[in-house]
Amino acid sequence: MDQNRQVVSMLVDNHSGVLARVSSLFARKGFNIDSLTVSATNDEKISRITITTTGDKNTLHQILSQTGKLIEVQCVEAMDPDDSIQRELLLVKIKAGEKMRNVVTSVSDIFKANVVDLSVDSMVVELTGKPSKIDAFLTVINEYEVIEMCRTGVTTMARGSRVLEKI
Amino acid sequence: MRVSGAEIICKILMEQGVDTIFGYPGGAVLPIYDALYDHRDKIKHYITAHEQGAAHAADGYARATGKTGVVLATSGPGMTNLVTGIATAYMDSIPMVAITGNVASSLIGKDSFQEVYTMGITMPITKHNFFVQDVNDLAETLREAFRIAGSGRKGPVLIDITKDATINEGEFHSGKKFEEKKKPFDNKDALKKVVEYIDSSRQPLICFGGGVVGSEANAEMYELVHKMDIPAVHSIMGTGVLSWNDPLNIGMVGMHGRFSGNKALDQADLIIAVGFRFSDRVALNPGKFGRNAKFVQIDIDPSEVNKNVKVDYSVIGDIKQVLQKLIPMLDDTKHPNWIHQIDEWKKADYQEVDSETKLKPHQIIGAITEAVGEDGIMATDVGQHQMWAVQYCCRTRPRSFLTSGGLGTMGFGYGAAIGAKVAQPQRKVVHITGDGSFHMNMNEVATAVSYKIPVVTVVINNDVLGMVRQWQHSFYDDRYSNTTLSRATDYVKTAEGFGAKGYRAETIAEFKKVLQEALEVDGPVWIECPIGRDEQVLPMIPNGGTVENIIMG
Repeated sequence: MDQNRQVVSMLVDNHSGVLARVSSLFARKGFNIDSLTVSATNDEKISRITITTTGDKNTLHQILSQTGKLIEVQCVEAMDPDDSIQRELLLVKIKAGEKMRNVVTSVSDIFKANVVDLSVDSMVVELTGKPSKIDAFLTVINEYEVIEMCRTGVTTMARGSRVLEKI
Repeated sequence: MRVSGAEIICKILMEQGVDTIFGYPGGAVLPIYDALYDHRDKIKHYITAHEQGAAHAADGYARATGKTGVVLATSGPGMTNLVTGIATAYMDSIPMVAITGNVASSLIGKDSFQEVYTMGITMPITKHNFFVQDVNDLAETLREAFRIAGSGRKGPVLIDITKDATINEGEFHSGKKFEEKKKPFDNKDALKKVVEYIDSSRQPLICFGGGVVGSEANAEMYELVHKMDIPAVHSIMGTGVLSWNDPLNIGMVGMHGRFSGNKALDQADLIIAVGFRFSDRVALNPGKFGRNAKFVQIDIDPSEVNKNVKVDYSVIGDIKQVLQKLIPMLDDTKHPNWIHQIDEWKKADYQEVDSETKLKPHQIIGAITEAVGEDGIMATDVGQHQMWAVQYCCRTRPRSFLTSGGLGTMGFGYGAAIGAKVAQPQRKVVHITGDGSFHMNMNEVATAVSYKIPVVTVVINNDVLGMVRQWQHSFYDDRYSNTTLSRATDYVKTAEGFGAKGYRAETIAEFKKVLQEALEVDGPVWIECPIGRDEQVLPMIPNGGTVENIIMG
């Protein structure tokens, strides 16, 4: 696993413009955003943003302390990969006529991916899993003719009863 | 009580103790100005020549007093003209509330006349910004703006209000003025660690900056330095926290700081940074900055830790609260050898030579210092004159030297001086500028004339953009690209044309005489002081350098 890959989760006020504020901060401080997910939570006034980024310990400290200063950010934490569940959804469209269908399906089965669409000359496969699993699946599937691919970015949650919450 | 949004704005301003605002009217703020008309006996509004001047005035007002400055502008160009002023305040952590009108909510997003996306433009230059479209949100949002601007690490907050939200009526309930309640610092273990660092140091040095001013902790800083006999240096933003003639205050460090202070930084074995953010104008080479030292940092903002320079230990909290708890834990100490060593270095500090026939910058600043007294306020623009001013201003208290330290805003000084004078009319206020900076916002003389604001402007005129020219001389083989101004501005006539008074002085004796006269005038005065175009700001450490690379002449 890449030592420099960091996953940061935050709870923010569910206002318009909050995402712009967070991403503007990342842009002006020169922090990377490798992926970003955002959605409302069980509290409708609060949204949860998860950002994966690349950087050393010092950069991570800067990200956490700069983000923490934003008025609409209620809390922000770096998620420990060993103590959290990370999931991502992949959709990949493969050029596959009749001959290729079984090949793609059997690869998908091994990875517990689902075929969610089939046409005369293409298939769409869906896979949910941790990012490394998705990477592994993509490495294999790239041997075939991928015509479109998208992944949602990581969403994450701590294991056990610990929750991300306002201090 | 049901009142209009504009009336709510006025009521909140009064509730928050605001009696002075700076601004410029326009279409989107007509309702607000109409309401201000009803309260003109309680809220004094100063209309400037340009919104930028209004923003700098609110900033200067805040810097001189510690109170939150307020500026009001209309949508579109009114708001964009505030941008430099807001960014200036943001970089120096100055409490300010900027209120801007926007077009009616039915016109938002339709490229309406004088519509811009204020939130997007000001997001990166404010501590926080708000967009209010519903009159019912107005009162609480304004209160929140004053709370955010004036608490913790202070800064500018902008509230963008649609025109309909100022016209519509909403319920208003009176509230209280925001006063920051600082919690006593209670992390004793952290302070014990700091005590250990100080106890094990033989050559400690304190670096203080604008954070000490923001926290109103100059008395605590004095106590710390003297109790522990620790010499101190400061950034430009720390000017005046310790008196210039305090034997333990070595003075400003960094690019144009003293040799002795920079040498002390280089040789210290412990650097205690207090409200000091290791800007690139001080830590010119972050890897070699304080290369023999361990670092302890005390700051209110955790994001300042390890941002520019790696520190060994940090304490996060309000500086005043931290120092109040730290000082009693320390035993009185003396560092005679270290101080003796610094005194030796002081002998090698750069010395200017006086002249009776030609005006010299250090003599001009010296004469201003004498004339305004300890209580006087100096406001500067940016460039060589700013550096000469900070080197020779001899301030004895904080909030008496107003300068754009972080953003380096040419054109800051005139508005800031006006704001400071309005805030504290009993104090003498001198605006020190150069001919480059002055041409940016000299139009604010119109404001000073209208309101008879006695601000004296001293224009140190070398007919070039001196600081850039100095770099062109040192690093670009004397290729003076676009820095020779060759302007023919007649400062005396121009001042008179605006209804102000103008003087010109060619020797220091003339200048002293004219300055005395100028300080008696009941309105703005300009004094032009021609100097040689090759005057340099010395010493100088180039970018990336240390005291070993210092240029002394």
